[in-house]
Parts: sequence; structure tokens; C-alpha cells
Amino acid sequence: MHALYEWVAGPLTWVAFAVFVIGLVFRLVQVLVMVRKTEPFIFTYMSWKFSLRSIGRWLVPFATLRWRTSPVMTVATFAFHLCLLVTPVFVLSHIVLWDEAWGVQWWALPDAVADVMTVVVIAGCLFFAGRRIVRREVRFLTDASDYFLLALTAAPFVTGFLAYHQVTQGAGMTIAHMISGQVLLAAIPFTRLRHMLLGWLTRAYMGSEFGGVRRARDY
Amino acid sequence: MEENQKPNHEKLDEGIDFGVSRLTPEKIEAAINAVFNRETGARFRAYVETCIHCGLCADACHFYLSRDKDPRFSPAGKVKQTVWPMLKAKGKVDAEMIRQAARIAHTECNLCKRCAIYCPFGIDIAYLMSMVRRVIHKLGATPLYLQDTAHSHAATMNQMWVKGDEWIDTLQWQEEEARAEFPSLRIPLEVEGADIMYSVIAPEPKFQAQLIYQMAAIMHTAGVRWTMPATMGWDNSDMAMFSGDNEIMGRIKRAHFDTAARLRVKRIVMGECGHAFRSVYDMGNRWLGWARPPIPIVHAIEFYYELLKSGRLRIARKYEKPVTLHDPCNVSRGAGLHEMARYVADQICEQVVEMHPNREYNYCCAAGGGVINCGPPFKNTRVLGNKIKAEQLFDAKSRGAQTMIAPCHNCHSGLHDIVHHYEVGLEIKFFGDIIYECMEKE
Ligand code: HEM
Ligand code: SF4
Ligand code: SF4
Repeated sequence: MHALYEWVAGPLTWVAFAVFVIGLVFRLVQVLVMVRKTEPFIFTYMSWKFSLRSIGRWLVPFATLRWRTSPVMTVATFAFHLCLLVTPVFVLSHIVLWDEAWGVQWWALPDAVADVMTVVVIAGCLFFAGRRIVRREVRFLTDASDYFLLALTAAPFVTGFLAYHQVTQGAGMTIAHMISGQVLLAAIPFTRLRHMLLGWLTRAYMGSEFGGVRRARDY
Repeated sequence: MEENQKPNHEKLDEGIDFGVSRLTPEKIEAAINAVFNRETGARFRAYVETCIHCGLCADACHFYLSRDKDPRFSPAGKVKQTVWPMLKAKGKVDAEMIRQAARIAHTECNLCKRCAIYCPFGIDIAYLMSMVRRVIHKLGATPLYLQDTAHSHAATMNQMWVKGDEWIDTLQWQEEEARAEFPSLRIPLEVEGADIMYSVIAPEPKFQAQLIYQMAAIMHTAGVRWTMPATMGWDNSDMAMFSGDNEIMGRIKRAHFDTAARLRVKRIVMGECGHAFRSVYDMGNRWLGWARPPIPIVHAIEFYYELLKSGRLRIARKYEKPVTLHDPCNVSRGAGLHEMARYVADQICEQVVEMHPNREYNYCCAAGGGVINCGPPFKNTRVLGNKIKAEQLFDAKSRGAQTMIAPCHNCHSGLHDIVHHYEVGLEIKFFGDIIYECMEKE
């Protein structure tokens, strides 16, 4: 068990991070090369000012027409994404691991807060799953892969929660937590979770088109 | 399941059905792969791969809102029924699928881009639908009426099979009529070096010649140095842009720009039309390799704005009935002219009652994007598919509006059908109608 733990906490983690980072960088380069090759005119229209105007708006809850007209979804998705991105970086037990590996440290979330944020992520996934069942327009777009992505996203948080509260004996849950987190990281560049990267680009392009050519709001 | 597409073997449209009857699996596969793999690129991929299937775009679409929120009419729902299967099967889809895709992309989406401001990622579903139309075009299964207008463009460089002499005759006829009211009025033809070339869409000479009369009266009264071409290139409309026939789209736009260049005018002013405007600032210019139109192009709204603001045109007495203003997609969400439109409306009307939503958030008329040009077989699609517009208009009416200004030909006709079908009881006018009626005519 201990050897397994060492292996998962060590090499496997680096592999997952490498796949995540290299995968996203590869995606980014791929998109840019493709734009250059097939649609170089896109660069003509891109504008930092209007890209940032659009992205800025969409990053603020209720600052866009769509966020205002779907308040429940807005609260859910902002809470979900915020906790999703912040918790893994600032949870104490992760910082300890960074410290052990590279001797770096930073500010940590109080455990109780991290606990609540973990629950928010899980609740977010349940909410999204519920939406997929209840709302006709979402159900129509849904297939197994959407639930799979939700499960993939929820898994590290569910296992992390269980491990922290020591619901099970031994290191099993912790190992499950680490593996599911690694799988999630590595999966991001290769699934629709890559919206983490591409979403900024599509938004920036639409913002530039609306700001520069259409002189209208895209938010 | 209610949401599943039942195979429908009823007649859909002569053009679609005939085109589809001649398809082979090889042709379908070749056309889809040519468009999706070679003609499109990063943008297409990014849109398809980024969509997280959240359905937030649904509420943007008037078809969806009007059809009891049937998800088949939601923007991403339309992508699911067209682009997804084509991509998944790498082009190996059957002819019936193509038939349904033609119906969806051509008649159940106005390419209005309202959904682009609802999607958190800014995914441009109108663009995806126009790529489906491009596939349909390559397969020769475009709806009959739309294809006919594209043919007319190809053969005559105008949308309505107007012949060269008919065009000049119509202008001279309108000039003669107008001279009864303004004795020194001219509709100047082929004046090289004029300030402005005025261009219209072909339905104007064909059956709305009074609009040319009105513009001539406005030009005359404001003392504008203007001209109209006596050659082809006078028509600024472009239905090939909507039929997926980019090659013809390019030819039409080139003829239009070339004509203005030949006449050495400073600017082109165009009539109250939305799609034609889209074709010069967005689609046609890009196809020809111009980031912006090579010659400045001014939409009638902006032109009226200039004339009123500078005092070259004065209003004798404002239009009395309360008006509501319909913002056409291609000039508001498409080109940001909505504030100028409000300035003009305030200058010429006593009272403007806003409809909601308005400006770039306005609902499409359901006629745009070539849908009305698909003709009678799909009239119900767009009229029943825009109940929400009728509700929006009823609301404006309940707050006093009696007249609706719709500064776009497609909107005008589409809204006419909606007002008629739902018995909304609003009069519909162009800005030009009211300006002509209310201006000082000295
Ligand atoms: C870093 C930047 C990210 C941004 C800007 C972003 C943005 C978005 C947006 C705009 C949506 C659309 C629907 C909604 O509002 O919920 C969405 C959905 C979603 N995101 Fe993200 N996201 C990011 C990162 C991530 C990451 C890293 C994950 C997972 C590991 C993730 C998982 C999800 C999931 C599961 C949904 C779908 C919800 C559903 O099933 O309806 N996101 N995201
Ligand atoms: S009609 Fe307009 S809102 Fe509806 S899918 Fe097409 S572009 Fe989007
Ligand atoms: S809102 Fe955007 S991401 Fe969500 S389903 Fe519609 S197109 Fe896809």
C-alpha cells in the first residue's frame, strides 16, 4: 500500500500535470496554427480592448444579459467554478505536498472553508446533472458523455471529502482521491473540459467582432 | 420520445426534395468533408469542441420561445441535429438526414446571431448553420425559391430578374412622377464624381418603386449630389450569401463595389435593408478579401441621421401616432445603428414607445437570413415560429404604439405576415415613409 501511495503521489502526479500542461499548450498552439493556416483574417479582427471588454463582463456575475436572465444557473456556475479552481490550489494538504516536493508554500484556506467549498463543487455537479434531467432544452443536448464529464469532475472532490473525514480506513481513499484528480487533470485537454482554454478564445473573438465590426454588446 | 425526429416523408420543398433525390452516399460524404475539413478551420472546430451542452443559448431563439420551448428549435439543438451527426459519421449520413438538415439550417434559423450573445462562450451558431447551408448548396438541395433568387443574381446581377432596360425605365418613371411634386427633381444616372451612389435591393424597382421616389425626394430636398448607376451593380442585395453560394456572393459584391469605383463616388448609401448591409460590411467584403468595405457604405439610418443632425433635412411637423421601433438584426446587433435609429425616430415622431427587448437584444423578425426567400412552403414556419414577436408587439401596442418602424425590407415583409396572422393591428412603415411624409418640402 505504501509503495502504491508513493508512486501515485510522486511520478503519477508529475505525469498528470505534464499531460495537463503540455496538452493545453499543444491545444493552444494547434488552434493558433490552424487559424494562421485556414483563417488568418481572424487576427485582423482580434482586438485586445474588445476581447477584454467581453471577457471582463462575462467574468462578473449578473453583468451580462444571460447571467441576469438565468440567476440560479449564474449563482450555481460561479460558485461551482470558483470553488473548483480555488480549492485544489489553496487547500492545506496540497500545499504541504508542494512544500515537500519543491519547498514552496503559500497561504492556505482554513480547513473548514475548504471543506465547504468542496461540498459546493459536488453540489454544483449534482445541480448540473439535475438540470440535464429536468430541463428539456438541456436534456436534448445530453448524452452519456455529459454525465461522464460531471462524474469525472466530481470524483476528486467526493473522494477528497471522504478521505479528509476519514470515512474509510487506511490510505485507500486518499489514493483514490489522488488518482481521480490526476485523471481529471489529464482529461481536460482531451474532453469538452478544454472549454477552460478554448472558451476564452471564442469569447475573445466574439467580443472583438461585436466591439469592432458590429459595434454592439455581446453581453 | 417526443423529442426524437420522426422520419418525415412528406413533401418538404421542391428544391430540397429534388436535390436530395439525386444524392448518393459518396456525394454526401464528399460535400460534408469538403466543407467541414477543408473550407472551415479553427473557428468551426473551436465552436463545436467548446460547446459544453449547457443549453443556455436556448432562450435566445425566437423559434424555440415560440414553439413552446421545443428543444429541437433551440440553437444548440439545431447543431445537434445537423453538425454533430455529420461530424460523428465523418460525412457518412443518409439522404434523409440531409433533407432534414436543409429544413433546419435554411428555414428554422435566421442566422440572426442573438444566440451568440446568450452563449457564455460566444459560440456562433449562425455561423455553424451557414456552414450546413454551404454543404446543402454543394449538394444542390437548396430550397427552390431561395435557389431561384441566387440564379437570378448569377444571371442578372440582381435578385429579381430585373432587366437592364426595366431598371432604367423604372428610375425614369419615378423621376417623371416626382417632377409633378418637385419640378426640378432628377434621379441622376451615371454621374461620375458624385458624392454618393445610391443603391437599392431589386424588390424596389420590381414592386416598391415608390420607395425610390421617396428617396429621390429626400435627396432632392437635402440637396445631395448623388447618382444611381445605369448598369448592373445597382442591386445591393445578396441572397447567394444565404444560400451558401459564396462564389456568387463574391461576384455580386464585386459588381456593386466596382460600380461605385467606376462612378468615382465618395460613398455608397443604401436603402433600408438589413441583409444587404450585412453582405457589404460582414460577409461579401470578407469573401473578396477586404476587412472593411473598400468604399465607405452608409446605411439609410445613418444617412437620415446625418441629414437631420446637420439640418439639411428639416421636419415640418412630426408624425403624430406613437411609434415603436423594431431593430433589425443586421443593422443593430449587426452594425450598431440602434442609437442613431432612435435619434431619427425622435426627430421625426412625436412619441416613441420602446418594445422589449430592444436594440441589439431585439428578437429577429423570423424573415431574415434568407428564410422569407424560401417562399410560400415555409411561410408558416416563420409566422408560427415567431409567436414571441407577436407578444412583444402586442405589449408595445398596449403601451400606446400604433405604428411600427421597421427599417429593413425583410423585417418589413416578415412583420407584415406576423401582424396579419396574429391580428396585432400595427401599421408598419419605413423611416423613409415617415420622413417623406413629414419633411419640409421646399
Ligand atoms: C478556467 C476557466 C473556466 C471557465 C471560464 C469555465 C467556464 C464555464 C462556462 C461558461 C460553462 C458554461 C455553463 C455554465 O455556465 O455552467 C462551464 C460549464 C462547465 N464547466 Fe467550466 N470553466 C472553466 C474551467 C472548468 C474546469 C477546469 C472544469 C472541470 C474540471 C470545468 C467544468 C465544467 C463543467 C462540468 C461544466 C458543465 C456544466 C453542465 O454539465 O452543464 N470548468 N464552464
Ligand atoms: S434563429 Fe437566431 S437565435 Fe435562433 S439559432 Fe438561428 S441565429 Fe440563433
Ligand atoms: S450556450 Fe453555448 S455552450 Fe451552452 S449549449 Fe449553447 S452553444 Fe453550447
